[in-house]
Amino acid sequence: MSLEDFASAIEPGATVGIGGWGSRRKPMALVRALLRTDVTDLTVVSLGGPDVGLLCAAGKVRRLVYGFVSLDSIALDPHFRAARESGAVETAEYDEGMFVAGLRAAAQRLSFLPTRAGLGSDVLTMNPDLRTVSSPYDDEEYVAMPALRMDVALIHLNRADAAGNGQYLGPDPYFDDLYAMAADRCYLSCERIVPTGDLVRDAPVQSLLVSRMHVTGVVETPRGAHFTSCVPDYDRDEAFQREYAGAAKDPAAWRRFEESFLRGDEADYRAAVAGFHDAGGTGGAGIPGCAGRIGETDGPRGTRGIGERRG
Amino acid sequence: MEFTRAEVCVTAASDTWRDAGEVLAHAVGTVPAAGARLARLTHSPDLVLSDGEAFLMSELPPLGQTAAAGGVIEAWLPYRRVFDVLQTGRRQSMMGASQLDRYGNQNISAIGDWRRPSRQLIGVRGAPGNTVNHRTDYWVPNHSTRVFVESVDVVSGVGNDRARTGGPAARRFHRLGVVVTDLAVLDYGPDGRLRIRSVHPGVTVRQVQECTGFPLDGTGAGETRAPTAEELRLIREVVDPGSLRSREVPG
Repeated sequence: MSLEDFASAIEPGATVGIGGWGSRRKPMALVRALLRTDVTDLTVVSLGGPDVGLLCAAGKVRRLVYGFVSLDSIALDPHFRAARESGAVETAEYDEGMFVAGLRAAAQRLSFLPTRAGLGSDVLTMNPDLRTVSSPYDDEEYVAMPALRMDVALIHLNRADAAGNGQYLGPDPYFDDLYAMAADRCYLSCERIVPTGDLVRDAPVQSLLVSRMHVTGVVETPRGAHFTSCVPDYDRDEAFQREYAGAAKDPAAWRRFEESFLRGDEADYRAAVAGFHDAGGTGGAGIPGCAGRIGETDGPRGTRGIGERRG
Repeated sequence: MEFTRAEVCVTAASDTWRDAGEVLAHAVGTVPAAGARLARLTHSPDLVLSDGEAFLMSELPPLGQTAAAGGVIEAWLPYRRVFDVLQTGRRQSMMGASQLDRYGNQNISAIGDWRRPSRQLIGVRGAPGNTVNHRTDYWVPNHSTRVFVESVDVVSGVGNDRARTGGPAARRFHRLGVVVTDLAVLDYGPDGRLRIRSVHPGVTVRQVQECTGFPLDGTGAGETRAPTAEELRLIREVVDPGSLRSREVPG
């Protein structure tokens, strides 16, 4: 299907799950297609990256359900930070493991799954709807993480066939198969659509992550995860990400960014990105705080570089 | 032998994994990452280390780089499996903290009211799950009253008081180890409150207390041990030849 067909299939008020992790293998072409519609009032469910930031900046989000929102090499998406600090969107912030439990519950058509994560923490305060559940076997009590059931899931993979069998070629599946099973409909974008017989010609069968059973539509979108990573096809475009994050901190710069990169269709986007790099785009435009500065309240020092990049 | 404050912090971080056994070392920040590697090279050869991405490594790539930069892969650990591993308990963390209170409640989520924070931080991330599933230590590179506060704005990592009142499932595997800072090593007394275990060479108990936003017992505080000559060699030549540690702890 085309990006336009996909975009016209999303209803206002829908609950939309978005696969990938942080600034990795995000279905950005699908997100950009959503930006070009007048759909609003969305509930977005995401282990978030710039997908969340762009949708928040465009005023499309009413409610945000997240384990985190990070650009990986930049700790926080500035649009997300602005949305939180202005109170512009309703939020449900969960521990990452709780979020995954919610995906698993939804995929299994359960109303919740018990988890130890969240007990004793303010996750229970921040989400007053959360309940605990008593074990029928002993005296323990767990968090009953509610299913994160979605109307629609959006995921991006390296390859797929036209029927919707999807394949990842990088080292990490993230949670994309769970998103596909946790939603009533799943739209899969991919770098390349290939004949079914080619899927396992040079890759192990274990790389087939999602089956056509759980996929409603497939869209071929070369560089469709840009500027997030889609290894081994491409790494994150760090220069462009710095440009994005720098622009997101200033309304005038953001208007220029939108004008340059988000006004046209996906082909226009690719052309504009090529132009950005041809012009020697190094990103940031001298705006401080993109990659280097670490303020005391910016989060624990060191979380953005060395060491583990997960909770 | 001469050594820097950062090197004292690395060995103190390394000591948190002593006797941890064959578990996944989760380390956030330069000093914790260097500490985990030093632990593996010295007292804890069974420790399991990841490249921070999708692989466990029997030989590690240079500090701060992923398996793509070299090393030897021994197992697959994509993100989804991290949550499986931590729920089995075979993991031990050293995380950062934007705020910590006297009971070891840690905040990395937001400053101010969570409904509309004055400053959104990185979110609770995995801290709630880590702290109720396995031992967790904290690393604070800037020991100050801004970090060590009377009460944290959002409890992300669960402290001793909250674990005690959070029910048997919250208590069962909850174990806070120590807090390593650029000035001292803090541990928890029988009442669950932070106290000074040791001050780093050149630091006084009073100095640590003045940089802490709540009363901190300094009775019985010793001096943090100095790195051995072999540890210094490993830190400087093997673990962190680029001296990334001195960017986290200057001087």
